[in-house]
Amino acid sequence: MYSPAIVAEAMVNGLMTGAAYALVALGLTLVYGVLHIVNFAHGALLTCAMFAVLGMEQGLGIGPYAAILPLGVLFFLLGYALQRYVIGPSSHGEDRNTLLVTLGISIVLENALLAAFRSDTRTLGGDMGFDVVELGPMLLSRPRLVGCAVALVVAALLWLLLARSDTGRAIRAVAKERFGAQVVGIDPRHIFAVTFGIGCACLAVAACLLLPTFYVNPRVGNAFVLVAFTIVVLGGMGSVVGALVGGLVIGVVESLGGLLLGESLGQLGIFLIFILVLLLRPTGLFGARA
Amino acid sequence: MTSPRLTLTRRAALRAGAMLPVLAAPRLLRAQPAAVKIGILQPLTGALAQDGDLGRLGATLAAEAINAAGGLKELGGARVELVVADARSNPEAAAQEVEKLQAEGVVAIVGGFASPICLAASQAAARYDLPYIVDVGVSDQITTRGLRNTFRFAPGFGTVTNTALANLVRLNTAGGRAAKTVVLVHEDGLFGSGLAKLMQTELPKLGFEVLETIAHPTPARDMSNVALRIRALNPDLVIPSSYYGEFVLLARTLRQQRIRPKGIYAVLNGAASNYRFVKEFPEAAEGVMDCNHWHDPRKEEAVALKKKVEADGRLWAYNVPLNYSCVKLVADAIENAGAADRGKVTEALAASNFRGHIMPYGPTKFINGQNQGAAPVNTQVQGGDIKVIFPESFADAKPIFPLQG
Repeated sequence: MYSPAIVAEAMVNGLMTGAAYALVALGLTLVYGVLHIVNFAHGALLTCAMFAVLGMEQGLGIGPYAAILPLGVLFFLLGYALQRYVIGPSSHGEDRNTLLVTLGISIVLENALLAAFRSDTRTLGGDMGFDVVELGPMLLSRPRLVGCAVALVVAALLWLLLARSDTGRAIRAVAKERFGAQVVGIDPRHIFAVTFGIGCACLAVAACLLLPTFYVNPRVGNAFVLVAFTIVVLGGMGSVVGALVGGLVIGVVESLGGLLLGESLGQLGIFLIFILVLLLRPTGLFGARA
Repeated sequence: MTSPRLTLTRRAALRAGAMLPVLAAPRLLRAQPAAVKIGILQPLTGALAQDGDLGRLGATLAAEAINAAGGLKELGGARVELVVADARSNPEAAAQEVEKLQAEGVVAIVGGFASPICLAASQAAARYDLPYIVDVGVSDQITTRGLRNTFRFAPGFGTVTNTALANLVRLNTAGGRAAKTVVLVHEDGLFGSGLAKLMQTELPKLGFEVLETIAHPTPARDMSNVALRIRALNPDLVIPSSYYGEFVLLARTLRQQRIRPKGIYAVLNGAASNYRFVKEFPEAAEGVMDCNHWHDPRKEEAVALKKKVEADGRLWAYNVPLNYSCVKLVADAIENAGAADRGKVTEALAASNFRGHIMPYGPTKFINGQNQGAAPVNTQVQGGDIKVIFPESFADAKPIFPLQG
């Protein structure tokens, strides 16, 4: 039906889109795995980060790639403060409170952005998005290739952090056994906030990588979050490797589905996977090991 | 020791001064007739917020212009007061807001933007015999339900597609019949699907071959596959009907994939005649044509308004002149009715012969609530600006077609 060249290019496109999904999902899965809360504010925080990237470029003349480090740090601090001083204290130890608080934060953020930036859809100007890398017959978008590479690096760093560093060990300890961690001198409130901060930093990186080829408006985060939830379930709640693999799989499935069934039905594949995973392997691909 | 309560401090004096206008106000109010309230219903939040905001801007500027020119003269110079309501981008919320506007005592409602919102809101307003002026909503169902209170100033779907097809044929004939094959790209909602269906039946009759119809969801995160398919099909012409974000993604991806059809001919597109798109991606936008609502560039008032909007750092889009004109239309009807009375205003609207608008329509003439003279225009992005290419009577540029590959 389609020539192999087109199918191959669609797969590569899917991988590149999937890498961006994976970054968004990384933050979500980490927060779920450690704090055991579903962070409804994830989409709104992604939107915030995207506006921040836009602001850096238009206000300070700092391009999206140069903004990765400062925005990553800024969003880490923001996430830390949000969990430590808003979400944590207001949950009073009950998970369902946290759900409502994050939902509330998402509504507040979305409307604050709407008030501040109006509802216009904005994009980074310039011709950066038109750069291509020629690979045989394929024209691959350079910003998306860069995005893919950085996403892999970030996932690897995150994995290293969790596996090798003291902070990582503390995070894993708190995730597995909160009380036990407390007994050996780990402050769970601090670790929760650090985890939330890392999740937000991932979002900032994702925003820097997305914006060269995407647009931003006050509702844009929602487009990615539903997919991110699917990826978290597919990869296994709390698993970094799972989020990365899940993101890439979902990206390819969506891309091929879109090509073969039409863009509208292409989304079908994503949710089919979601249902199948819930039925057959509720822990996700890497859930048990995480 | 001085007691601060007994001395007249500077702050207290200022406070007293601030109260003066309040004290003087009742006398001023008594001298003026009561303000006339007009409801502005727009999707100010949610998916359509961008359009709702532009609509509100147009309506606000009209009210300012009317009040600056001395208000409603037939009503002793009464001021126009806008009551703004948020339709929250869904029909249910729109219907609720109509109830609020009714309670506020507005004499008419202007706005809606999207067809589903207009359908629900005009029906809710009909229960109170409250005149409802549709600003954009193109569904032809809006004016075929026999609602006496509903008026549409702009053209509907049928008129727009007929004009779009007629102009496409003219364009193609003048361009040496360069275009024979077409790919339709549309968003998969009510608006895009409806348009694509119509195009699929009409285009073959006019000698075009539709190679494929590609639907996409809104929001779409990626247009790479759509671009891939277009590249494989290699059509002469791409006809997209999508909202802003998706069309910009598509145009950017086409450009990036070096796909250059002989023409991109949009119909009622969210971005093809939008200055933000033209400014942010001049290369991707260059040459894109659109059949859409547009102000009349011959009218001084329209040109001045556009300048004012742009000087304020705001975007100019068709929502602004349409809502501006609709509010002025209501003000004119109130003047003709001689009273802020809903029944009389409805009658005045039905009989209206209003010339003071800034659209390229001629005097208003409503039959079954549809303004008969309303018509879209064709625009093309040329040299980083949006130019009118059809109708020739007021075009400010010649169409460039086919584009150089």
